[in-house]
Amino acid sequence: MSLLSVEGLGIAFGGVRAVHDVGLTVAPGEIVSIIGPNGAGKTTLFNMISGVYLPGAGRVRLDGEDVTGMAPHLLARRGLSRTFQNLQIFPAMSVLENAATGFHLRESGALMADLLALPGARRRSAGALAGARDLLARVGLDRAADREAGELSYGALKRLEIARALATAPRLLLLDEPAAGCNAVETEEIDRLIAGMAQSGIAILLVEHDMKLVMRISTHIVVLDHGEKIAEGDPATVSRNPDVIAAYLGAPVAEPEAAHADG
Amino acid sequence: MRPSAKWTQLLILFLLIALLPLFFPSGYYFRVGALIFVNGLAVIGIVILTGYAGQISLGHAGFAGIGAYASALAPGHLGLHPLLAVVLGALVSAAVAWLVGRPILRLKGYYLAVASLGFGILVAMVLGNERALTGGPDGMAVPDPGLRDLLKDLGLKLTGGEFWYWCCGLCLLIGAWAALNLQASPTGRALRALHGSEVAARTVGIDVARLKLQAFTISAVYASVAGSLLAMQNRFITPDVAGFMHSIEMVTMAVLGGVGSVIGAIFGAVILTLLPQVLTVFADYEQMVLGAVMILVMIFLPEGLIPSLARKLRGRGE
Repeated sequence: MSLLSVEGLGIAFGGVRAVHDVGLTVAPGEIVSIIGPNGAGKTTLFNMISGVYLPGAGRVRLDGEDVTGMAPHLLARRGLSRTFQNLQIFPAMSVLENAATGFHLRESGALMADLLALPGARRRSAGALAGARDLLARVGLDRAADREAGELSYGALKRLEIARALATAPRLLLLDEPAAGCNAVETEEIDRLIAGMAQSGIAILLVEHDMKLVMRISTHIVVLDHGEKIAEGDPATVSRNPDVIAAYLGAPVAEPEAAHADG
Repeated sequence: MRPSAKWTQLLILFLLIALLPLFFPSGYYFRVGALIFVNGLAVIGIVILTGYAGQISLGHAGFAGIGAYASALAPGHLGLHPLLAVVLGALVSAAVAWLVGRPILRLKGYYLAVASLGFGILVAMVLGNERALTGGPDGMAVPDPGLRDLLKDLGLKLTGGEFWYWCCGLCLLIGAWAALNLQASPTGRALRALHGSEVAARTVGIDVARLKLQAFTISAVYASVAGSLLAMQNRFITPDVAGFMHSIEMVTMAVLGGVGSVIGAIFGAVILTLLPQVLTVFADYEQMVLGAVMILVMIFLPEGLIPSLARKLRGRGE
């Protein structure tokens, strides 16, 4: 049974149909990737699923519940978390504190207890920091824990966003270009990280431009072009689809190998 | 923030409050000290709202006005002990902040600044126009809380200046302690997170609207208590306490000293309370020199005096 099911989702910005009639499902442990040329509507689709944009049409269901247009903090409570294409970190906070904010749902409590530093408040805070430290180790950032987040490299910040999202104990994780700006070694780490998360039962929806990565780890691929779904299927099927090749190269191509889908 | 950093800051603050009187050449300095502490307390509220949560208010003197007039009015009209009047003022300020904050905290940046400015002006106008109750622009007398007499009975004789110095110093310490607690707590992290990126804060489950409202309400209570303390030590209050200039002063003190840092903001209160007294040697040019100091600090130490200097020192140490 699928955890996320999206039906007929669409949105228009001032008459331009950014996304039109897109449907997809993600089950626990699955990695579903959304690919497509720049401007195809991938991030817009993410923003609608994660409650940042209110969809103009269609339904988003999370574990059977209709969550269309629900505020992001309520979606987080239901187990949906995400990362961002254009980094959204908290630059003035330490790396450790950035990750610790992910424990907000589990470790936040009464305001008065926090103001007076009551034992309960201190325990909650320490719990969040300890959990954050573990997650930083998992994404390979434990050595940078006490640095100011703004000082980290782009690739490291991408991993910090993943650690922060993991801290919310998500059932569904939306990753928006996690490997962008990463070198080959970092990409491989991200690859392992995503596969590990899926293995632990998290449903993963991925937007990524690194085709090698997408072809290697995806269970299922959805291809968008001009806001519409033009193809979907397993990596092998999608990479041979002539529409996909045309969308990526701008013209029909006779030789399927020319799609360069695995390079 | 490490727990040790919190206690270091509080220790520095405590030592300054406790030891400075040793160098006071006259009783007058106790009055200046008490005024600094009152300003410092209000400015800590600004640190929570602006430094932690990243929201701006140009109307916080309105809450100082509510606190001040609660101290002036509640003992006579409701028969409350002046100390309970302070609590009542704080509760009214919190309730008003909650009601006003709900609509205006939806606004961002300068829209929020203008809306809060309007709120402050509204409070000042009400206080100035309700002549029957507040005496209007001429102000009104404030009853003494009688604590000094209580101490006298216990054998501790203090002048009025000394009493308010220690009383406001204690309030400032408590206020700083709570603000530092908040900074390191899960709520404080959430506030600083929404300051950094609202959309990311939402995706980790932070109810941004609710947290902004909490920060606004807490900072209103700080301003209210500061207003009450000011009214009680001066024994007299005018609607100027809620005026536009007082709101601007609070924000300026916080930004000058370092709005992200409790100690920094208190230092801002020290500077802007003392400078006008020192600059009297410039006579007519006093305001000009004050303005020049502020411009120079913002150009060369943009994070505020204390955080910028701390960063420079750390940078040199490495």
